[in-house]
Amino acid sequence: MKFQQIDQFAAGLRKETRASVYDGSKKGYDARTKTLFDHFEDPDRLRRVAGEIKQHVVENLDTYLPQVEAKLRANGVIVHWAATAEAANQAVLSIMRARNAKKMVKAKTMVSEETELAHFLEKEGIECVETDLGEFIIQIDGDHPSHIVKPIIHKNRREIATSFEKHGLGAYNDDPQTITRRARAHLRNKYLEADVGLTGANFISAESGRLVLVTNEGNSRFCLAATKCHIAMVGIEKILPRDRDLALLLNLLARSGTGQQLTVYTEFISGPKSPAQPDGPEEMHVILVDNGRTDVLASDCRDILRCIRCGACLNVCPVYRQASGHAYRSVYPGPVGAVLSPLLAGKKFPELADLPKASTLCGACNEVCPVNIPIPDLLLRLRNKGKLEKSEAAAAATPPMGGWAVMASQPAAWKFALIGGKIIDHLPHKFIPVPALQAWTGKRTLPDWKGGEFRKWMKNRPRPNPALDTPENTR
Amino acid sequence: MFGIALWSLTGRVVRISVMLNHDPLRPSGKRVQLMATCLCDAFYDDVARATVEVLEYLGCTVEFPEGQTCCGQPAFNGGDWVASRKVVRHTVKTFAGDAPVVVPSGSCAAMMFHGALLEFEKENDLPEVEALGRRTWELGDYIFNGLGVKTWPGRYDAKIAFHRSCHSRGTNSGPAIVALLGSIEGLTVIPFGEGEQCCGFGGTFSVAFPHVSASMGDLKLDHIQAVNPDLLVSLDMSCMMHLAGLAEKEGRPIKTRHFAQVLRDSLKNAGLL
Repeated sequence: MKFQQIDQFAAGLRKETRASVYDGSKKGYDARTKTLFDHFEDPDRLRRVAGEIKQHVVENLDTYLPQVEAKLRANGVIVHWAATAEAANQAVLSIMRARNAKKMVKAKTMVSEETELAHFLEKEGIECVETDLGEFIIQIDGDHPSHIVKPIIHKNRREIATSFEKHGLGAYNDDPQTITRRARAHLRNKYLEADVGLTGANFISAESGRLVLVTNEGNSRFCLAATKCHIAMVGIEKILPRDRDLALLLNLLARSGTGQQLTVYTEFISGPKSPAQPDGPEEMHVILVDNGRTDVLASDCRDILRCIRCGACLNVCPVYRQASGHAYRSVYPGPVGAVLSPLLAGKKFPELADLPKASTLCGACNEVCPVNIPIPDLLLRLRNKGKLEKSEAAAAATPPMGGWAVMASQPAAWKFALIGGKIIDHLPHKFIPVPALQAWTGKRTLPDWKGGEFRKWMKNRPRPNPALDTPENTR
Repeated sequence: MFGIALWSLTGRVVRISVMLNHDPLRPSGKRVQLMATCLCDAFYDDVARATVEVLEYLGCTVEFPEGQTCCGQPAFNGGDWVASRKVVRHTVKTFAGDAPVVVPSGSCAAMMFHGALLEFEKENDLPEVEALGRRTWELGDYIFNGLGVKTWPGRYDAKIAFHRSCHSRGTNSGPAIVALLGSIEGLTVIPFGEGEQCCGFGGTFSVAFPHVSASMGDLKLDHIQAVNPDLLVSLDMSCMMHLAGLAEKEGRPIKTRHFAQVLRDSLKNAGLL
């Protein structure tokens, strides 16, 4: 029997990996709950307001994007528009070529994961070094991130120590401080050698054109301080209307993502360095990337564009905790990924249409989302879309519902089935060729069949209070 | 305003605030229609019986529309909205009228006031579906907020672990049921680890993702067993069918009940029924 792909992946997951993912996610969730509920009387209200702000941006992108472009230009930033991943990568490459630059240091940015920028630049003969510790480990391992905020949540420190040893970063030592010190020493040189620093942006203010960037390691600050040219690759949905909206969104982002009141570093970047400033990039580019976002905007799931990439929905998701991020076969895992990844896949939607199935619709993701995205509703809409587009991936192991619907809309057939269902108690379950029954009884017992018993009782019992009887009741 | 006035004619108007999409103004008269749920129809007859007995104890007249089948949720969650809408249309027809519809299930209730609305967004008969959603109550919510019964009489000597089903997330049902159970003499509701997490049932999820589903259930059962309750109680027999099925297969000594059975037995224990 072929179960859903994510279930098969989870079944084959190493125990150690599952433990790392489970512990890391739970820790993130617990920290989130504490910082939000200890410090705010009604955190849910903050989430709702933040959700409305971001939804407003999504609904008015056509107004905000030109506004952002104008502000950025006024701030001395060179603005590029990239409709596709390829266009975004080419824009980076042409900036590098124009400067005759060979080396790049790069901070963590999810949109560059979408465009697979690092691989692209390597092929073009450009060294592109990931400077976020987690992403650096992913890069030397040739691995993929499995979490939006904690890319190596699936690894433990012993595995990291082993790969450091393998890549000439010192003899085996799994002390986290030692690992960090070694990475730092290695990366310091890379900053100094690099010509260009690339970052993403967590927010862009349409009011001021200010880019806001949050990190905990300070690596993005080094990228900016050590290089002469700064490129920011930014998804077009990252806009906030006003600078003062940042107060709310930054509070929610750090608390939801890592349980911090604020990340260790928060950078506000208003443009290239001014003549009065001693350091900083002389040249600054912002590449505004679409890469499928306008298609998402046109769909009935546009609410997902509110997402601020905090990872809270991954941390709380019981399916993510069991299956790990790699199970989702895409850049964005977990509940947000189950919505966003199939949508961003465009024509390849059917191949990823099983992702929205990987949820019990428990609603925990919606409950923790800092921008209150109704993720379960969006998952349901995509399940319907997967069915209408006849996705094989989505259909796997899902019982057909046509016959059931006919029965459940004809009371006589329903009552007949309630009586006839009794047969299930008398046949060994393994001989009943119904895949759903097999899947159920593989893990669980089935209760005794009591089809129609309640109806019989309801009909035959003495009326408890005849005085209250109405014509409807005595039918 | 028209809506408010209309509901006032049929029963008391109740104001409550919730996260899910259910109407804060719902009729709460004592002539109710019972939606027994397909699971009670097929497996858990005693839960439906207990629901009737509890409602009648509270002075309600319970009508059971004979044509009822299922709320349509299995196909809705499975992604087959064409099939699901067919069943929802049947349900809307079956539960005609203006009386409150009471359901001993958080997930079937949520299907009526939230899920069905989603799949009827672009359908002409959305208003009919909305109207049914507006008068649908989960049983505990109905007792506590609809009828205003805040404490429960009788006696029930047990330590109970209460599993709040996920479809009652953000509704008034969980707090209402915990308050009712907690008020019963002799009964203690004991907390357990990661109580906010899902049990892993998820409808068709349980058969399409049997491994993840069972792993989630095992985690839940581990947490429950760690506090050694006399009973595991929920407002959804779907969660209980999954957890009890796992527990039995794995030889775990966990007994499950619907809270309606506990309410009913509490009355019986004290000779009130």
